[in-house]
Formats: sequence, C-alpha cells, structure tokens
Amino acid sequence: MRITELFDKGEFVISAEVGPPKGTNIDHLVEEAKTYLTDVTAVNVTDNQSSVMRLGSLATCKVLKDNGMNPIFQMTCRDRNRMALESDLLSAAMFGIDNVLCLTGDHTKLGDHPGAKPVFDLDSVSLLHAIKCLEEGHDIAGNELVGEPPKFAKGAVVSPCSDSVDVQLAKMERKVAAGAEYFQTQAVYEPEKFIEFMEKAKQFGVPVQLGIVIPKSVGMCRYMNANVAGISIPESMFDELKADKEKTKAGITGVEISARIIRECKPYCQGVHIMAMGWESKVPDILKLAGIV
Amino acid sequence: MLITQMKDKETILSLVDNKKVFIINCQGCMEVHFPEEEAKAFQKELAEGGNVTGVITTDYICNPDNMKLRLKKYEKAIADAEVILVFSCGVGVQTISDYLEDKAVFAACDTIPMPGFQGVTPLQVDCGQCGECYLNLTGGICPITACSKSLLNGQCGGTKNGNCEVDPDMECGWERIYRRLAMVGRLDVLNCPVQIRDYSTDKETAKKPETEGN
Repeated sequence: MRITELFDKGEFVISAEVGPPKGTNIDHLVEEAKTYLTDVTAVNVTDNQSSVMRLGSLATCKVLKDNGMNPIFQMTCRDRNRMALESDLLSAAMFGIDNVLCLTGDHTKLGDHPGAKPVFDLDSVSLLHAIKCLEEGHDIAGNELVGEPPKFAKGAVVSPCSDSVDVQLAKMERKVAAGAEYFQTQAVYEPEKFIEFMEKAKQFGVPVQLGIVIPKSVGMCRYMNANVAGISIPESMFDELKADKEKTKAGITGVEISARIIRECKPYCQGVHIMAMGWESKVPDILKLAGIV
Repeated sequence: MLITQMKDKETILSLVDNKKVFIINCQGCMEVHFPEEEAKAFQKELAEGGNVTGVITTDYICNPDNMKLRLKKYEKAIADAEVILVFSCGVGVQTISDYLEDKAVFAACDTIPMPGFQGVTPLQVDCGQCGECYLNLTGGICPITACSKSLLNGQCGGTKNGNCEVDPDMECGWERIYRRLAMVGRLDVLNCPVQIRDYSTDKETAKKPETEGN
C-alpha cells in the first residue's frame, strides 16, 4: 500500500527502518520486524547503507512484503546508472512494492569498498524525475513502456538541522518540483530547529516525517556529532545520557529522549520515521511513551 | 586539446535578455579551438542592438593576473554592463566569474574535449569538458568539478560545517553555488528543469566532434 494514501487521509504515519545484513540469512531481520514493528505502517529497507555492501534492498523488501509488511524501497544513486535504477523500479512494481525513497547516497569513499566507482549518473532529484517518467508510461530517455505503467509513493529526504538549512530547503523545493510526495528527515535532536525548519518547509505542501535515531550512548552521540552530516546533538543531551549510566545502557534514556522529541515535534509534522539501528526492540516503547499508539 | 563550441543563439540571447552586456573573448592557448568567425558574426549582430558596452578579445583569461591587467582598461564598460558574456573554455568563465563576483557572468560556449594534450592552468578551478556547460545555472561555479559527486540538482545530505563528506578540507561546491547565486540575485535559476547529464558528450565517451565551420 502506498503510504501517500495515509497522508491523504490525514493519518500520522509511523515508519521504521531496517538494514539488511552482510550475508544471505535474513531470518533474524524478519523475526525482529514481525515482533517489534507491528505498530508501524511501513518499513524502510536501506540500500547499501553508509556505502557498505550488503544484501539488496529490493530482495529484502520482497521478503518483508511476503511476510505481510509494507516495505519502502530505499534507492541511492551511488551504485547504479539510470538504466539499472529504472529496471529495478520496474522489478519493484512487479513485486507489488509501491513505496520508494530516493536518495543520492553516501560517496563510495566513505564505505567498505573505497576503491569502487561512484556512479551518481542520476541524483535524488533526477531519480524522482525518472520515476515520474515511468509512471507516465515511458522511461527517462523517452521510450514507451509496454502495458500498465507503475505507480509509486515517491519519497525523499531532507536535513532540517543541517548547518546549511537554506541550501537544503532549496534542494527540497527541487525534489518537490521533480515529484516528491513525502519526506523523511535526518535525525532530529533539537525540536526548536525542526519547528523552525517546518515553518519554512510547509509552503511546499508535502507531508514530512520527523526522523529519529535513538541515542544509544555518549560515544555514539559524540561520533555522530563529529562525523554525521546534518546531525547536531546538544550538550544537555550528553548530560542526560551521563546522569544514570545503567539506565542509559538499558536503553531507557534513549527511549525517553526519542519519545520526548516526538511529542514536541508532533504538532508540526505529519509522521515519524524511526531509525533504530539494531535497537528495533525499543521501537514499541518509544511509540507508547510518545503517546502515538 | 579542447574545442569551445558556441551555444545556440537563442540560448545566449535568453541569457543576455536585452540587458547591457560586456563581451570577453579568449582566444588563449593554442590547444583550444575557438569559434572565431561564428562568435564575431554573432557579436556584431548583438552590437547592432546597441546594448554592448564593450568587447575585449584577449588570451589566457585563466591566468588571473594577466586577466585583471587586461580588463583594467575596460573598467567603465564592465561597470556599465549588467551581464558579462564570456566566449572561452569553462576554466576562463569560472575565472571571470570569480573575479567579477557581483556580476552575472554567463558562458557562451560549451567545452568539448579532443584527444591529445590538454591546456594547462595553474588554477584551482577546473573544467570537466562535459560538452554541455552548466555554469549559467550555477553562478559560474562548475558543479561537475566543484562537487565530489558532480551533482547537477543541488546539495546532497553530506555537507558538514559547509564542507564535503568526501574531503572535509574541501568546501561543498553547492554551498558555494548557492551563496554566489544569492549574491547576484539569481536564486531563481534553481527553479530550472531537472538537469540530467548527457554522457554522449562527455570526454570519456564522446565521439570526435565536427570542427568544420567553426
């Protein structure tokens, strides 16, 4: 089911993310998703996340769908040229996978194949355009498709707390013009920055899901502050994580912080997207504490 | 070797948009083939409209010291112009754009590679010889060479403190482009259609272009 139908109904859309393993056994991933992600409407499957080669997003989406879940097929432009991207979109449509999230993708140099050729034949904007072309019954080169054209819910990403927020907003506008129908954001730790961003972004008239990455530890937060683009974690949050080490280790502090951010931002957005990064088991607690299930 | 090939007249005229224009021709290095006759004929036509404040035909505008010296005499004509139209390779356009940073500087040519020795410039600015110059959409900063991913439609999510995710010592190319467009009041060009690279004109895959008649 296309998640745009839910936004259209005015629902607060909850999604979560899973990352395929570096191998062929996904029993664990499927079990975790079936156990802990029952309250989410859709499950994103990352695409060679952080430029680390893993099991494919499309294949994982198919398995999740066969197990009764509603997958969102994440596509980056790093590893495939326009022909391969379009072909995979047709494959997704054939499997009945109709949610796509378009990203440019991290550079190959940041991952575990630093010598690989970075493709970037298309980017997030032109990938959205390519999907729109397929929906119109032709490929990006103008050649006609045979039979019924596919139809996707076309998603994109934006970094509301980026230190280049005006440049991000300009890109967001281009994504909307190219066909983006919903947005998921980079992790937010500063609700006031997010709210300020949403004041500017609401002019585009597309639903935005607040991005949450559960803060697991002081070390993880320090790492993200230093290395992850678009993320800034305030000092007060470090104090909170340091205050009760046992509580933080048990994941309770991370759950509380995540739920609090959701509560504060909820009036300003149309959904939430949780990137649990291995802590899928905490998702039900976050949703309950945030009061959204 | 490079070939600079004039963009079609309609494109150039739409950039000039009936504004006052100063023209810079660079017939620089021997390795660059310049569309001399075609440019001359077009510029003559443009001058008849009465909006050309001046024309300089020079060489090596990619050398900033040389270029600044040569442009010195034309200070008034440049100040009077709203648009600077540059007939040169991509490096030349970027050098001018950097120097005249508060002016709308436009590329009148596309830069196409040819087999053989390439022109040498000591500058940081670079031309990817993509054959379809984007400088008019990006404030005179090349998105092919200034962005690690050669993105054509804006900044990716990898900018940290204004710098690139691949090289933290390199400023994000799209950050620079955005700032320049804001400075010259041209952020509206970001509403242009989705840009998709045509790799059939790229230096790695391009066939040898026709040079006759240039």
